[in-house]
Amino acid sequence: MGGSGSRLSKDLLAEYQWVARQGVGMQHPREGAPTGSPPSARAHRRFCELLPLEHRTVEESLQIRVSLEQILSLPELKANPFKERICRVFSTSPTRDSLSFEDFLDLLSVFSDTATPDIKSHYAFRIFDFDDDGTLNREDLSQLVNCLTGDGEDTRLSASEMKQLIDNILEESDIDRDGTINLSEFQHVISRSPDFASSFKIVL
Amino acid sequence: MAQTPAFIFNVPETPEDQGSQEPSPYDESEVHHSFHQLIQEQSQWAAEEGLELQQRVPEADTLGASGSGHQAFLGPEGVPDYSTATLRILASMPSRTIGRSRGAILSQYYNRTVRLRRRSSRPQLRGVGRSARPSLRLYDLELDPMAFQEEEKRILLVKELQGLTVAQRDHMLRGMPLSLAEKRSLREDSWIQKGKQRGPQGRRGLFSCCSRLRYACVLALHNLGLVLLSGLQALTPWRYALKQIGGQFGSSVLSYFLFLKTLLAFNALLLLPLLAFIVGVQAAFPPAPSGSVPAFTGLELLTGGGSFSHTVMYYGYYSNATLNQPCSPPLDGGQCTPEAGGLPYNMPLAYLFTMGVAFFITCITLVYSMSHSFGESYRVGSTSGVHAITVFCSWDYKVTQKWPSRLQQDNIRTQLKELLAEWQLQQGPQSVWGRLRQVAVLGLVWLLCLGTTLGCTMAVYAFSELMIKSPVSAEREWELLALPLVVCLLNLGAPYLYRCLAALERHDSPMLEVYVAICRNLILKMVILAILCYHWLGRRVGALKDQCWENFVGQELYRLMVMDFIFMLLDTLFGELVWRLISERKLKRKGKPEFDIARNVLELIYGQTLTWLGVLFAPLLPAMQIVKLLFLFYVKKTSLVANCRAPRRPWLASHMSTVFISLLCFPSFLGAAIFLCYAIWQVKPSSICGPFRTLNTMYEAGKVWVRHLEKAGPKVSWLPWIHRYLVENTFPIYLVSAVLLAVIYLNIQVVKGQRKVICLLREQISNEGEDKIFLINKLHSVYERKERSRVGRAHEAETPPTLLADEQDAR
Repeated sequence: MGGSGSRLSKDLLAEYQWVARQGVGMQHPREGAPTGSPPSARAHRRFCELLPLEHRTVEESLQIRVSLEQILSLPELKANPFKERICRVFSTSPTRDSLSFEDFLDLLSVFSDTATPDIKSHYAFRIFDFDDDGTLNREDLSQLVNCLTGDGEDTRLSASEMKQLIDNILEESDIDRDGTINLSEFQHVISRSPDFASSFKIVL
Repeated sequence: MAQTPAFIFNVPETPEDQGSQEPSPYDESEVHHSFHQLIQEQSQWAAEEGLELQQRVPEADTLGASGSGHQAFLGPEGVPDYSTATLRILASMPSRTIGRSRGAILSQYYNRTVRLRRRSSRPQLRGVGRSARPSLRLYDLELDPMAFQEEEKRILLVKELQGLTVAQRDHMLRGMPLSLAEKRSLREDSWIQKGKQRGPQGRRGLFSCCSRLRYACVLALHNLGLVLLSGLQALTPWRYALKQIGGQFGSSVLSYFLFLKTLLAFNALLLLPLLAFIVGVQAAFPPAPSGSVPAFTGLELLTGGGSFSHTVMYYGYYSNATLNQPCSPPLDGGQCTPEAGGLPYNMPLAYLFTMGVAFFITCITLVYSMSHSFGESYRVGSTSGVHAITVFCSWDYKVTQKWPSRLQQDNIRTQLKELLAEWQLQQGPQSVWGRLRQVAVLGLVWLLCLGTTLGCTMAVYAFSELMIKSPVSAEREWELLALPLVVCLLNLGAPYLYRCLAALERHDSPMLEVYVAICRNLILKMVILAILCYHWLGRRVGALKDQCWENFVGQELYRLMVMDFIFMLLDTLFGELVWRLISERKLKRKGKPEFDIARNVLELIYGQTLTWLGVLFAPLLPAMQIVKLLFLFYVKKTSLVANCRAPRRPWLASHMSTVFISLLCFPSFLGAAIFLCYAIWQVKPSSICGPFRTLNTMYEAGKVWVRHLEKAGPKVSWLPWIHRYLVENTFPIYLVSAVLLAVIYLNIQVVKGQRKVICLLREQISNEGEDKIFLINKLHSVYERKERSRVGRAHEAETPPTLLADEQDAR
């Protein structure tokens, strides 16, 4: 898997540690118990597993970007209907189709235990904003509901049900009555649900 | 004085406006900053074409689909159809860019940092710009006519961060929704510049060396802390098992197992002082054996009697004298000569105090965890926005396998459909007869359920009287198991009856059905336990006058616990495993049975109540409960994974945890505490066994000690004083109750006031929203007019040549 070449240097580790704040707690699904090494080193190991063998040195792993398809093949993301949106939101490349190690760490830290509910709701908003225009309008909401219920013909809600549902959602959460839900209104809705922080978690 | 923000308006006259696509907030270079000049132009045109403006406004009203006059210029699907220029302005509105642009995030956190720094000192009134729209104050950096670029905003933020302490800075940075690279660079900048500030003061090399050293120390400590914490996390029991359960079945089933873990913690908390101060000491100084000790037969494990009666397990074993007395009084009644030895240990006092302290600690912990969990799940002024909350918050990202994910999608779809159906039902008018019939059916079902409870209670009472009348001889000890058997059978059968009866009534919401079912089951269990308590303290004490009734009560509770455990195992076996086999083979259905969370949690609460009831008479009962819970965890987990599926109904896991803890506190712990208090204060202990055999009540041991202290001298006189005026007197209790009531009343008033404020703020926000729509429509009309005039001018430029050609033709 790379041996000693894939060890991060001590102060680089410390840097990542400080920012990710041990929230990136995870364990390998094939192991029985979590290892005792610092969490961002484990994240680095998982990230290196996605790279081809010849690129698994430390310097390259910090520079290279992994394509979207490979990230989507991670078992933790495979069954998630929002996996593509998650990858696109955290990707910092111009074409938004690849993730570097820092983006990966970003992703893990937002979905970890220690991210504040503010940060989680901020990123949840960006994930649900399918057209990236800064608000959730009716199309965003209907796409969101389709992701939740399953996109097949027999699993979607009927058109009238969808319209009724979106009307109800806007009625409940659009406080300034402009037909869209912006970030503050979204965060206000989220703050009323104490379950959000514990369900918006990806445990590797 | 109110300061109006100065607006600069800049409309680009680019002809490619009409051909460009919809803008996204990435194009921050072409951003419009204000509306002021636009409104001026608009009012100019309005003065010229006054009538048209008046026509337009009622037109907008009639076009509005909702009739509220908000939506104007609706496109074919009810989506507002604005021009691209308007859309570009909309895309760069602060409320839409705050989530996207780094500049907006930086300035927002700049303002938060400023507020944090100035919190300790009073803010200067000069600096605070007051405007009629408080929302503008937050974004005053962006609308500043000097138009700070992103870099300058960043520099400002770094400067502010330097003014904070390290901990505050870390906390601030942790809360920022920026990427890791940016956070790192912000932190480095705010650190480096601080170092540079100190530099010119001389001794620069030493300072930077010191600061580096301190940084290295802090980092090393931090790393050590992280390693310890991760080690501690690895030691937490069942971490992997809980993650597996959560991943496969979701958060609601996980809440049952977390509750089980909480109960384990409570029992361990209860057991520790008992082990240290009562059981351990008595085991080290065993009393002289009185009479013959029966041999161990296997039946003791079930009945708790026999050879177990003469062990530390029960109350009767404990001595009523002072252990390890340094001076042993000689038989002729002379003075006692002190020997060299250990400390004397007053067993009765220790027993009383340890029980009291253990219960007190449990009470405090329970109340604290209940209030903590209540505070997390209850929000002031939260109207039920169920649709929005379901859509935004109900997806559980922990679920990682494909089949449970598909199941979750099915559940959410069903839930949404149920919500919509419920909403439709509420919209429709409800006839008076329908309501009356519903209330009648509800009343009838409740009557039937309460009648069943009463019937079960009478059965238990009659059976217990029968057991008193026909005392059990020593050879037929297994007959003692009859009463626990009857109780467990009733506890098992009555809930199924309740479920059948509940099928008759029809509730508006599925959650209400669950709560009602929990309520009924709880009433049954608590009433049966109350009857048993009366039977023990009221009747058995009299019936067993010359024997050790405390031992008997302790053994009864032991038997109840064992029977309960056996029945739980049988229920798991038959309720889950056999049902799954039957439904797969005979009925050919693929559905596995659901994991019934409510019933399982109630069983846990019942078992814990038994432990708390019995701990006075059998101090090792918490240890038994711990063993039972450990066993139960693995049995339930195996059965869950093999036989069950997640419940179909949605469970708000945090609400349910609050409900579980509250149920544990109120009927369960409160009842046990009342039982304990009554047993200590009012019941005469038996005279042949136990630490209180010579006293009238158990509480007298404390009184005896206080009197002893009074005689001891003036130096410890404050303790008897406390006892006389605070504990024995009733006035402090009244005072404390009055203070508590006043605090509760004040809190209720505060919550009411907060609700009013929330209503007012919502109104204000919706008014601001109307302002916004008004301005957007005005913008749109301006651009429409410009477009039309431009098209008109272009058309005029074309027509003269054709007109000339026509004129020439006409001639």
